[in-house]
Parts: sequence; C-alpha cells; structure tokens
Amino acid sequence: MTHSDPYINRSADWSKPTDLGGGSAFSPAEDRLKMAASLKCFLRSGKNAVSALRRREFHRSAPAAVQMTVRDALNQAMDEELERDERVFLMGEEVAQYDGAYKVSRGLWKKYGDKRIIDTPITEMGFAGIAVGAAMAGLRPICEFMTFNFSMQAIDQVINSAAKTYYMSAGLQPVPIVFRGPNGASAGVAAQHSQCFAAWYAHCPGLKVVSPWNSEDAKGLLKSAIRDDNPVVFLENELMYGVPFEMSEESQSKDFTVPIGKAKVERQGNHVTVVSHSRYVSHCLDAAAVLAKEGIECEVVNLRTIRPMDVESIETSVMKTNHLVTVEGGWPQFGVGAEICARIMEGPAFNYLDSPVTRVTGVDIPMPYAKILEDHSLPQIKDIIFSIKKTLNV
Amino acid sequence: MVGSCVPQLLIDLSEYVNLTSAAAPALARTQRQPPKPPPGARVVVSRSFADFTPQATFDIKKCDLHRLEEGPSQKAELTREQGLQYYRTMQTVRRMELKADQLYKQKIIRGFCHLYDGQEACAAGIEAAINPSDHLITAYRAHGYTYTRGVPVKEILAELTGRKGGVAKGKGGSMHMYAPHFYGGNGIVGAQVPLGAGIALACQYQGNNQICVTLYGDGAANQGQLFESFNMAALWKLPCIFICENNKYGMGTSVERASASTDYYKRGDFIPGMRVDGMDVLCVREATKFAADHCRSGKGPIIMELQTYRYHGHSMSDPGVSYRTREEIQEVRSKSDPISVLKERMLSNNMASAEEFKEIDIEIRKEVEDAAQFATSDPEPPLEELCNHIFYNSPPLEVRGTHPWSKLKSTS
Repeated sequence: MTHSDPYINRSADWSKPTDLGGGSAFSPAEDRLKMAASLKCFLRSGKNAVSALRRREFHRSAPAAVQMTVRDALNQAMDEELERDERVFLMGEEVAQYDGAYKVSRGLWKKYGDKRIIDTPITEMGFAGIAVGAAMAGLRPICEFMTFNFSMQAIDQVINSAAKTYYMSAGLQPVPIVFRGPNGASAGVAAQHSQCFAAWYAHCPGLKVVSPWNSEDAKGLLKSAIRDDNPVVFLENELMYGVPFEMSEESQSKDFTVPIGKAKVERQGNHVTVVSHSRYVSHCLDAAAVLAKEGIECEVVNLRTIRPMDVESIETSVMKTNHLVTVEGGWPQFGVGAEICARIMEGPAFNYLDSPVTRVTGVDIPMPYAKILEDHSLPQIKDIIFSIKKTLNV
Repeated sequence: MVGSCVPQLLIDLSEYVNLTSAAAPALARTQRQPPKPPPGARVVVSRSFADFTPQATFDIKKCDLHRLEEGPSQKAELTREQGLQYYRTMQTVRRMELKADQLYKQKIIRGFCHLYDGQEACAAGIEAAINPSDHLITAYRAHGYTYTRGVPVKEILAELTGRKGGVAKGKGGSMHMYAPHFYGGNGIVGAQVPLGAGIALACQYQGNNQICVTLYGDGAANQGQLFESFNMAALWKLPCIFICENNKYGMGTSVERASASTDYYKRGDFIPGMRVDGMDVLCVREATKFAADHCRSGKGPIIMELQTYRYHGHSMSDPGVSYRTREEIQEVRSKSDPISVLKERMLSNNMASAEEFKEIDIEIRKEVEDAAQFATSDPEPPLEELCNHIFYNSPPLEVRGTHPWSKLKSTS
C-alpha cells in the first residue's frame, strides 16, 4: 500500500524550498463558486487538498485569502515576533545554520544572526535550563526541542524551574518562555520518537499547553504564546508541517493572535460533538464529511489549547448534541480524552448526555515500526466513524 | 562602652581628640557615634575612633590555579568599615541560622531546613566583591545568600515559619526565596546551574556588563547538567562565575566517596579555575573580584571552588555526626571559624575593640530576636491566596479544588 497521503513528509520533503506564503502570486478571483468549493476541500481536509488543486485550475483567490503551510505559518509567527520584540530569541538544535531540523526556522538565522538564533549542542537539560534562566533574567526565549520526546531529558527544567516558579515566589519571579517542537507520532520513527506529551504537560499547574491544528492556529497561537508572560508548551505536529491551509485576511496581519484557552468549532452539527486537537482534527472533519452523507451531522470542536482547557465550549456543544466523542493520538490512560470525560461528568453537560462519552485514542502500546502496525496504532478515520455510530447507537 | 563600678578618675579621650587633632585621617572617623551612657553612669574608657587602625593589608592564602597564569592577589586590603560590615553580615547570618535551628526544634519551622552556619564567609565575601546589579543563584542552602542579596532577616524567618510576611508570602519556604537579581533558592540539585548560565546569557545579550554568580555544592558537582552548562558557557563565553561550595559532604556522603576527582576547581576542564579558602572572607572576596573581572572582560566563564564547612548536618533531619566526627566539627570551629578569624584579625591589628564587637553582637541578637518574634506572631497566609500566582499578567481564572463543587479563584 503506497502512501499517497501528502501529510507524510518524506525525509526529502522539507528540503524543498517553500515560499514563505507570499511566493505564489494571486490575482482577483474569477469563479467564486469554484474557489469556494476548493476552499471547502482545504478546510475540510488537507488529505485531498493537493489533488483538489490539481483537478480544478489553480484559482487565484482574492487578496484576502492566502495559502500557507503550517511550517510557513510558524516561521512567519516567529519572524514577526522576533522583529517586534528584541528580547525574543530562538534556541535549539539545528535552528540556526541548518534552518531547522524540519525547516521551521528557515531564513531566520540569515535575517537575525547569531545573537537571536542560537544553535545549541545536543544537551537538552542544559539548554532548556539556560533558556529558563534567560527568561528569569528578562529575555523572552523560544526553546525548541527537536521533538518533544527529547524534552523528557529536560522535563525537570520545564516543570520545576519554569512552571512552578511564579507560584513558589508568590509572584516575584515570572518566566516568559515558550517550549516548542513537534509532538506525537510521525511516520516510521518508532517507539522512542513517537510519544504524545499533551497529557504529561497538561497535568501541571503553572504551564499553558497549546496544540494547534491548521496554519491559522499555528501562527496565531505561537504569537500568543510568545507574547504570553508565562511558560507555554507549544505542541506542533511534524506531519502537519507541509500541509497548506487557507489563511484569512485577518490572519495575515502582524498583530494577529489566537487567544490561548479558547476552542474553535470547525464544523457545526446537531447529532454528536467530536472533540479533538492537532492533526486528528483533520481526521474528524473527514469522518464528518463521510457521515454527513448518511445524514449524521457532527459538530467538530478543535481544542486549540489543552491547558487551560475550554471545557465550556465542549459543554455548550454537548448540551446541543447530547453525544460526545473525543479523538486524540496519545495513549488512552490518563490522557486528554480521559480528562474531558471527567470534566463533562462534573459539569452541567452530564445531564444532557444520551450515552457515555467515547474516547478514540492511540493504541496502548509503544509505537511499532512496521507500516501496517504503525497504521493500526493510531486512530483511523474508520475508527472515528465506527465510534461515532456506536455512540449514537446507529 | 558603658562602664560600671569603676573609680572616679576618667578621661574622656574623644572630646580631647576632637578639639586638638584636626589631622585625624578621614577613614578613622565613622558615622557611628559612641552610645550615650545611661544617666548617672560614668564612662570607663572612651577610646576615640582615631585610635583604631583605619586600614590594614593582610596576607591571604594563595589559591590553587587551573589554566590560569596568575590568580587573585595574595594581599587583601581591609578598612575598618569594611571589616565591621563583614563581621556584621556574617554574625547576622550566623545568629539567624541558629535561631532557625531553635525554631525548627520547637516545630515552628517545618519541612526542609538546610542551615548555613560555618559557611558565612562565602556569602559575605562574594557579596563584597560583586555589585547589587549583578546576579546570583544558588541551591537550597540559601538563607545566607537571601540575606546578603537584600532580604531582611524578618522576611526570611517569616518565610521559614510560613507566614504572610515572608519574602514569598509563605508560599515558597526555605528553598524558594527570591529577591531582585537573586533567583533563589532551588530545590533540585544542580538545576540552578543551567539557570545561572542562562542568566549570564541574558547579561551578555543585553550588554549590561553584569555577571551571574552560580553556586552549587560538592554533591551537585557530579551532575551532568553542570557539564552541559560548562560547555555552553565556555562556547559562548558567558559571563558566569561557577562557584562550588565544597563543604566536604554531599548530605551524608563525603567527597571521597562521591567524586572520582575531588579537585572541583579543575572539573570545568577547559574552563579556568581556582581553589579558594572559603573560611576566610578576604580570600573569598579577592578571588571573587578576580573572577568578576575575568568575566566582565569577556574572557568567558570561570570556576571557583570554595573550601568551606557546615557545622550543622545536611538539614535539620540530619544530626550530622554519623558520617563525620564531633572532633572534626570542633576542630573547624576552634581553628577556622570565619567570624572568629575576621574578629581576631581586626583585634590584633587594632582595627576595632572587643566592646565594639560585643555591641554589634547585641544589636544583631536583638534584630534576630525581633525577627523571630515577628515570624512566630505574623498570621499564616489567608486561604484566598491559595490559588494565586499561577500565571503572571493573566486574567483571573478558576481553579478546581479538592472536589468538583470547590471552585477556587486564581489571580495574578
């Protein structure tokens, strides 16, 4: 089975130059209907995006809309914040001269130089601690972990030095820092490189934990995270880096931010609430598209922030649909879905549930390598569809 | 200098001197005036300040050097004022720590309490060599540094007793006290070292000519993250003075049992280092001055090993005699006590009188007593404070209490 999924970044993909969002020239739209259709394709799922583009002519949209990959959106966010505030700087492995292990920081070292974009040795505990110390002394570091798996080496600095300090000092010592990097499963990178850390970090008071899905999320949330005066764990997803999304006119502004702590309803529906974060929002939207043909309308909620979680948005939706399914890539035990279940039970939405909450999660095993095994270790669209139908008892 | 039961014949020298010795050196005059004798008393002896040696130069122990052509000066100048200041600082720390010991045994202080008595020369000497605008971070044996970095004894003791008047409003405790340019107080062994290197990075980044003094113990000296910090500090020439306070024991483990190499000043390998007598405040001061100049001139980091000693055990839960002998402790007390060493120096060089020292002692005792009084009577922080200070500069948020009906409020 070949992988035609454009999400999957082969090792060569990220080395191809990508225009920083402004490269492809746009002219006024000629056929708004066709554009709207192709837009819908984009928004619904990146999976068919490329083929959608190829099928229809590549329509130049209004100057209002721009396509941008998640990678470029992150790059733009950092570029804008580096320019806006001199105290902001980026440090991590390969972020400078290599342009970033996943090319997220491409061009930044060339523009800002050694002082603001710092290559570190492979010493996570050391450089995470250095970043936290710099934040304590008045700078605003962005500390990149090549993947969050490596953050485990530095987790003491994230939790004990960053997250808890403002509280321990009773307000004397803030720590304005962003820890960012790819989180969760990639493709074929096996057990030690595939863990999802959303639940681990979201467990701790004093941290904000953010998990963007699309390019607008990525740009807006990263800018908010950098401007936030508190430690923020910013969980990206490697498989989403290369996926292009429509960027609204509003999101092209240098002051565009997405608030931390607010979820977004990506698709309205009446029959079931489907809550997800990061890459699996795409899966949920795909599942919703399939189910719509059978007359089941899913309301897809993109969490955007794991901590503080916007439980109110979920509750509002559940009180409308009476059914809830959570979808995540992480392991089931003590995970994001588990937390949502507990919170729903403790709040007003419980009485509106017509069936217990269902969690769709990764399989409770270390990630295997073989393709067929890996594919079956993570939620597939058919698993989401199956779970929704079971929850609705259809 | 109040006399009692003495014969009538008295000469008040100070008045005599004021009238006739216009050429008295400026340094000899201090701002302090002798205390007014209580009514009816007769002053026994009133030595004028012009009698005291205003300044003296002392030979101090040579530092062992690593990758350094020359080290700190082997002569230290000390003015009377400085000497009294250092004495006051060290004695305050000493009395404060002993008071903490007392309060802990009365169960008024709880949890962890790691006392610094014996090591006072390190804190006092370092502070004497750096500017208030420089930065300092240390581990959990932090009460001395909290004081030298500007937090009053009252706020330190009240933090130990967990009251709202404590420097961290009672929310931090012994190991988590902070002040401007003082970053604690850190509970995780070794974690403060990368933090210190990061603070130095910020100094370099901001180009403010400030440095960061980053302290750790002989126990932490084997931590991997230290070597990671050394590597980056040297690579990027961060203005960081790494200081190992070697008090010979990491909790209950002697240095010989913990470290393959106990030459802690050499452990930075490519980073120059010095081994310093940490019981002599002047040695510490001169070495720190040398190190600070090194950093400020852009040469990069430097390591100092201060050879010092703690009288108490590792913490209040450790009697401190199962892994070392009482004789050893007693020997250090009698031969190398930092406060005694300074006092003897000043007395034998006529830089101050025994009465003066006694007077300072009395003042300090009172200060510490008052502070303890405050620390035991100040109320505990109000329950409304429980959830505050989770986030800085953020709108108020709701925090879940112990059960779902307990919805608590958190403000910045």
